Amino acid sequence: MFTILLPALLIGGLAAVFGLILAYASKKFFVEVDPKIDEIASILPSANCGGCAFPGCAGYADAIVQNGAAVNLCAPGGEEVAKKIAAIMGVSLTPKERDIAVIHCQSGGYNNTAFKFEYKGIDSCRSAATIAGGPNQCIWGCVFQYDCVKACQFDALHITEDGMKVVNEDNCTGCGACVKACPRSLIELVPISKRVHILCSSRDKGPIAKKSCGNNTACIACGLCVKNCPTQAITIVNNLAIIDYSKCINCGICASVCPTKAIEDRMLPRKEAFIHEDQCIGCTICAKKCPVQAISGELKHPHKVDPKLCVGCEVCVKACPKNAIEMVEKGSTVALTKEN
Amino acid sequence: MEYIAKILIMAVSSIFINNFVLSRFLGLCPYLGVSKKLDSAFGMGMAVIFVMAIASAFTWLINAYLLIPAGLEYLQTIAFILTIAALVQFVEMFIQKSAPALYKSLGVYLPLITTNCAVLGVAVININDHLNFLDSILNGFFGGVGFTVVLLMMAGIRERLEKAEVPKSMQGMPIALIIAGCMALAFLGFAGLKLG
Repeated sequence: MFTILLPALLIGGLAAVFGLILAYASKKFFVEVDPKIDEIASILPSANCGGCAFPGCAGYADAIVQNGAAVNLCAPGGEEVAKKIAAIMGVSLTPKERDIAVIHCQSGGYNNTAFKFEYKGIDSCRSAATIAGGPNQCIWGCVFQYDCVKACQFDALHITEDGMKVVNEDNCTGCGACVKACPRSLIELVPISKRVHILCSSRDKGPIAKKSCGNNTACIACGLCVKNCPTQAITIVNNLAIIDYSKCINCGICASVCPTKAIEDRMLPRKEAFIHEDQCIGCTICAKKCPVQAISGELKHPHKVDPKLCVGCEVCVKACPKNAIEMVEKGSTVALTKEN
Repeated sequence: MEYIAKILIMAVSSIFINNFVLSRFLGLCPYLGVSKKLDSAFGMGMAVIFVMAIASAFTWLINAYLLIPAGLEYLQTIAFILTIAALVQFVEMFIQKSAPALYKSLGVYLPLITTNCAVLGVAVININDHLNFLDSILNGFFGGVGFTVVLLMMAGIRERLEKAEVPKSMQGMPIALIIAGCMALAFLGFAGLKLG
């Protein structure tokens, strides 16, 4: 009897002692976890994309509560999630504009790439780009093994029939996964309201850049855009024009003067501004804001837009305090003026 | 001086000659599971060293002062598992409270080790080899170091392997197992080492 009872008692007693110690320890060493952390973690989308620069959604929730990280960093969750987190944390929310990915290269498809050799290796941009400077003649351009498409968790990058990559602006959350995936650093996160982009990343000198670009749309650093930019938003660094998006007003002048079509204007087809004279109070704000001096008129008298000069940037529409300016189809200003 | 020499011999013996993973084949689960990235392999290794050392100490005490006096040596396995599980849980709580930085760096690896058979293995080996209390702790510590060394080597190889062109049917686990086999063969070379 004793030979059975002793081991049972010993192991049972050991387990009971350990159990008691652990129970005591869990009370004694209890670490208070802020209930807000759990609450925020349940709101976050659990995509764990890392776009907020914290290790996963739980890490971000922790950082908000413990270290006071900003509440609007979750790109996939967007404004809705930011609002909820702000409500939990009791802070006011400063609205943040949504970023989208812009690929600064117009080459990188089956039909518009100048090849140095045919690449037949593992299908990864990182690998393709390391072999002899990449299969493209342009050492800066897209090698289209689609690392960016693979990195995208939100189905925002698609491959067209001729092998080009297109960003679906509705799906793009601006998480930055593709930015990290691209070995040639072609992708940049840009506020969605900015509609004019330089789609070239070549730092080669003009003739080389143009020759090695299969699409012939390389930036040749001619400086025309710099000269014509009304807000001095463009600078040329290392043979490449770069837009300072904080200064860009979407006027699109640079895109229209670029001789190689390296600059894309996503506001096309552009409309022109038309001032409804009955609503205009002649405050002159629009005339002052117009980057191309297309608006003229005297103080307290209705203003007019010169349709020949207007570039359709919509700056005046946003500036007008009376909402008297409307964007109309190109060429329809004449007809509208006659009506009045 | 003699003792230092003994420690050195013990270190070489449990790190290389009787490596827990490659010659005793213990702890293979984390060896294959956590060896995909160097960072996580290092975290796991540190946690294993830590747990193996203290588990050696506690299981030795349990054996010497509970099991042997009661004549219940045949209960070793179950008693050790119980001890290790409770110990790891306790240590985790203790570290979380007293050293949050250490807790964060060991992270999820601590509770994972409860089921690592290298930890139970070192406890049983200590008893079978009739080691004394201090030697048991050293054996546990160096056993953990050996585990970490091999884990880091494996992680390094597998990181390089990510880039290599591996036939499709061999990708992932198959090639990892073959590499593990090659490493075990290489470590077999240490078996001829004569110490002392």
